[in-house]
Amino acid sequence: MARALKNVKINPRIRVEEGDGISFAVSCRHCPEPLCVKSCITGALTKSGGIIFIDRNKCIGCYTCILSCPYGAIWPSENGVVQKCELCVKTVEGTPRCVAGCPNGAIVFEERGE
Amino acid sequence: MWPAAPTGPSFLRKGVNSLKYVIIGNSTAAVGAVEAIRRNDGEGQIVIIGSERHHVYSRPLISYLLMGRTDEAGMKYRGDEFYRENRCELKCGRTAVRIDAGLKRVILDDGGYESYDRLLVATGSSPVIPPIPGLDSVTCKFTFTSLDEAKALERALERNATVLILGAGLIGLKCAEGISGRNVKIVCVDLSSKVLSSILDDEASGMVKKHLEEHGIRFYLGRQVTRFEGNRAVLDDETEIPFDVLVLAVGVRPNVSLIKDIGGRTGRGIIIDERCRTSIPDIYAAGDCCECVDASSGESKVMALLPNAYMQGECAGMNMSGTDCRFDRAIPLNSIGLFGMHIMTAGTYRGNTYSERDGKNYKKLFYSDNRLNGFILVGNIERAGIYTSLIRERTPLDTLDFGLVCRNPGLMAFSRKMRAEMLGGVHQ
Repeated sequence: MARALKNVKINPRIRVEEGDGISFAVSCRHCPEPLCVKSCITGALTKSGGIIFIDRNKCIGCYTCILSCPYGAIWPSENGVVQKCELCVKTVEGTPRCVAGCPNGAIVFEERGE
Repeated sequence: MWPAAPTGPSFLRKGVNSLKYVIIGNSTAAVGAVEAIRRNDGEGQIVIIGSERHHVYSRPLISYLLMGRTDEAGMKYRGDEFYRENRCELKCGRTAVRIDAGLKRVILDDGGYESYDRLLVATGSSPVIPPIPGLDSVTCKFTFTSLDEAKALERALERNATVLILGAGLIGLKCAEGISGRNVKIVCVDLSSKVLSSILDDEASGMVKKHLEEHGIRFYLGRQVTRFEGNRAVLDDETEIPFDVLVLAVGVRPNVSLIKDIGGRTGRGIIIDERCRTSIPDIYAAGDCCECVDASSGESKVMALLPNAYMQGECAGMNMSGTDCRFDRAIPLNSIGLFGMHIMTAGTYRGNTYSERDGKNYKKLFYSDNRLNGFILVGNIERAGIYTSLIRERTPLDTLDFGLVCRNPGLMAFSRKMRAEMLGGVHQ
């Protein structure tokens, strides 16, 4: 679990990696060929409209998706099922919260060529 | 490459008579094939022959069913409308007994047959029944590889029953976890001196054994049952174990006979190439019944894990329906939780090692010739997929900060150029 300000433990769906003079956020890439979806033993992970979703009622917390994701973008949630970015576009701004919230505009939400 | 990445022109042109696809088997690999075929071919007829009388279900969930963490509806691997939406005809409760590769027919147990243009053999595996003297005299015995068997076992369990499980591998231990909440006494015997001996080293195995013992499982390791006398097992050291219910979980054997009987290449499993083709034209194989090259070691082996089954099925389906596709990244891999302890393994345990132990967390990485070959993780399994990807992709370790990635699986260890591609959508 990451620690936010005031040392509060948080369990976010986007994680920031920090290193020597660089930092960047990692979240689900919603891959065109998603290894997590293909590996999910229950069918809880599905892709719809370009977005990969988790059915939290179907997930039994086997973590095969965590074992499969090349980006390490899926994490256990507090109750044992998994969680990851599900592209919260149904926001007031119409863009994911992390994009709208980043003060430096470091996270960009746009189509990039295939 | 990964299945479903087309590499060549489709030979399936409009105007060609539509193909008939037959799939023997109705589990994970079959679903992978159906989904791939339907991406390419909306017209061809698909017939699925399944011996179990069930909608396709997630086999690994049978222990969760016993635990009460899911039910039969929740166990469906795809929704109720799967066969209808994909226009598949499911013939369940039917077994294929022979393939006539000349006439391109599958002969069924009711004497009927199904003709095919392209055939997928996805017959899975069957539990090994050990030839132990007196086994026939045991009245209450089960294997643990199917929904029906799990339900039968559940009906046989009574309070205070002693359940004897032969085999401390993946199936035996998940069975133990599945039934543990029912006030039963669980005893587990294995010839190996280690639990999960096929995938763990001594240290990890010791951690798991201790954790399971803390949850009430009693082990007799490095020993085997030499005979049964009714409801009593006698071990090779003359220890006698009385029991009420017996579960046989000593191993599984790929179901290869349909291919072997007609001269197709088989080893321990049906031998397939990177396009999931068997040695017989127009016949493919996928899933637990087959063997292929393990990308982490270069050796041919059966790697009976659900992700491989799905991706082999998908690759077979792509090729069957006219899109050239290769799956050359199959590796052994496991993610298993036992009473809250998480274990992940992948690849081959060869080469130099890096290991860390911190209380209940253990990590061991195996590497040689500038490649990561395998890993074992117990406890902290976060972001393990980054290690898995290094194995599958055969990523040269000198292209990243290997020391950093050993300590901390993260994208920071990759070069700026690689990160631009992974996170920035930049294609090199």
